[in-house]
Amino acid sequence: MLTYGLVIAAYIILRILLAGGHVSSALQGQLVPITAYIVMAVSLNLTVGVLGELSLGHAGFMSVGAFTGVITSASLTSSVPEPALRLLFALIAGGIAAGLFGFLIGIPVLRLHGDYLAIVTLAFGEIIKNVVNTLYVGIGQSGLKIGMTSGNALNLGEGGKVILNGPMGAIGVQKISSFTAGFILILVTLFIILNLIDSRAGRAIMAVRDNKIAAESVGISVWRYRMTAFVTSAALAGAAGALYALNYSTVIARKFDFNTSILVLVFVVLGGMGNIRGSIIAATVLTILPEVLRAFNNVRMLIYAVILILVMLATNNVRLRAWFQRIRPGNGKTPVISGGGDGHE
Amino acid sequence: MSDKTRMVPLPSKAIVPERDALERPILEVSRLGINFGGLVAVEDFNIAVGRTEICGLIGPNGAGKTTIFNLLTKVYQPTSGAILLDGQDTASMNTVQVNQAGIARTFQNIRLFPSLSVEDNVKIGLHNQVRYPLITGVFRLPGFFRAERQAKDQAMELLSIFDMTDLASKKAGSLPYGAQRRLEFLRALATNPKLLLLDEPAAGMNPSETEELMASIKKIRDRFQIAIMLIEHDMRLVMGICEGIAVINYGKIIAKGTASEIQDNPEVIEAYLGKKKE
Repeated sequence: MLTYGLVIAAYIILRILLAGGHVSSALQGQLVPITAYIVMAVSLNLTVGVLGELSLGHAGFMSVGAFTGVITSASLTSSVPEPALRLLFALIAGGIAAGLFGFLIGIPVLRLHGDYLAIVTLAFGEIIKNVVNTLYVGIGQSGLKIGMTSGNALNLGEGGKVILNGPMGAIGVQKISSFTAGFILILVTLFIILNLIDSRAGRAIMAVRDNKIAAESVGISVWRYRMTAFVTSAALAGAAGALYALNYSTVIARKFDFNTSILVLVFVVLGGMGNIRGSIIAATVLTILPEVLRAFNNVRMLIYAVILILVMLATNNVRLRAWFQRIRPGNGKTPVISGGGDGHE
Repeated sequence: MSDKTRMVPLPSKAIVPERDALERPILEVSRLGINFGGLVAVEDFNIAVGRTEICGLIGPNGAGKTTIFNLLTKVYQPTSGAILLDGQDTASMNTVQVNQAGIARTFQNIRLFPSLSVEDNVKIGLHNQVRYPLITGVFRLPGFFRAERQAKDQAMELLSIFDMTDLASKKAGSLPYGAQRRLEFLRALATNPKLLLLDEPAAGMNPSETEELMASIKKIRDRFQIAIMLIEHDMRLVMGICEGIAVINYGKIIAKGTASEIQDNPEVIEAYLGKKKE
């Protein structure tokens, strides 16, 4: 409840500030990306914190969602003129496509554990990036066409339009994402993930994280619940990707590379594994921080790194943690789930 | 107290308590064996367990007792032999299916879900007893709150067996050792088994706790009408509550019978204490 309240309050405050013209244009441009990154962080937390497996390819699912969203939006331009509705379709399509990829990639990946799983997700993230780089998608009179050589080879005919132009990425994307849409997507993500955690399936996922052998011994199908978490996580990343992509007029596959995966992982680790609220705060702060530090110009990323290290040190300080424990409200149910330390045996 | 039970032979020459003799044994194991590479860990293991029998598996360290539990629950796939649970062959089943068919177990080195609450640990045991679809949980559809209430009630009822209801919201990993063993026992019981396998349930308990545990095991058997098979080194517990006892050494059964029969068996004495000097 506190988590929902936090998000809604932040939204209302920003709305008021925006109406009063108190938000700089640089920050205004960051609003949609921030919401997309929050959804990315929260969804990755399902894999990393709740399932207890390190995924280094989360940006790959974002990429699948992003380009599916762009293609969906472009092909619906005439049939669904209302941008908000088109965005909704694009988000759903991006989510479904990424969920499907999550399932397919999950089949080999979820046979592995720990470090090996992390490395293979990294590889799949890179594979997705490179495959998208070679894809040409266009829309013409005979509908959607896909090729791998060049935009002209698609033979779109009169009035045809290339949506995805290989390494050039998607060009001429209609910017239909909005801060409000991002805000709603965050709420939907929170609703799905918090409810999932606090249900029969969520308990099963955490049981698998804590002790795989014990989970099997009480009749829980390990494969099934690992897949449930992985696919849910991928689908939400896909929706975030669609939201992100439809905020820019040009989107390239290289945007969703290993660095983006690591960036989102940093949000999760910094916010606390399994701590959903922490992910939201970390994603927000760390997306704004480079903008705020722009004044420092050359040493900007250095200061960013130093701040990261300091926060890591501070949050791992025993005394400081004890202090946080003390100021935390009573025995109220918090969505804080400690990370699965001794999960994989 | 166990001497009141009379063990009677079945046509298969296996023995079960007299009261269970009219019904098919819950567990029939014949010629069960496993090799790890060249090492024969268990060989020609035969046993029948009556529907409400409490039976013990004893033997020196490394004799293969836990390996037998791992074979019964399919953590290991047997290299030979057959396991019939309630007449059903478990050859094609995996660990999850064996549990659903009715075998639950505890572990020698406790395997709880340490970061979850005591209540959630038992609820996870109820996973296949109180069911609802994933979608119902995520979207809080009708039926979710009723099912969750049912799970909570059942979990609390199980916890009350060991007077643990006030520990429900504690983290399982933070419990003292004895309480962790009892919680693991309850989690196994929550899966509604026909046969419960307990791997050293009294390990690390003091004599009075062991005494309590013995009473609880009998109480649980009477209340749930299940068979219980246990591995234990505490002979007071084994001799006190086990109706049939099998002694294993080097992966083979060296003696079977009631407590008094076992105690006088020279082979058993030799396995535990070594050969008498001539």
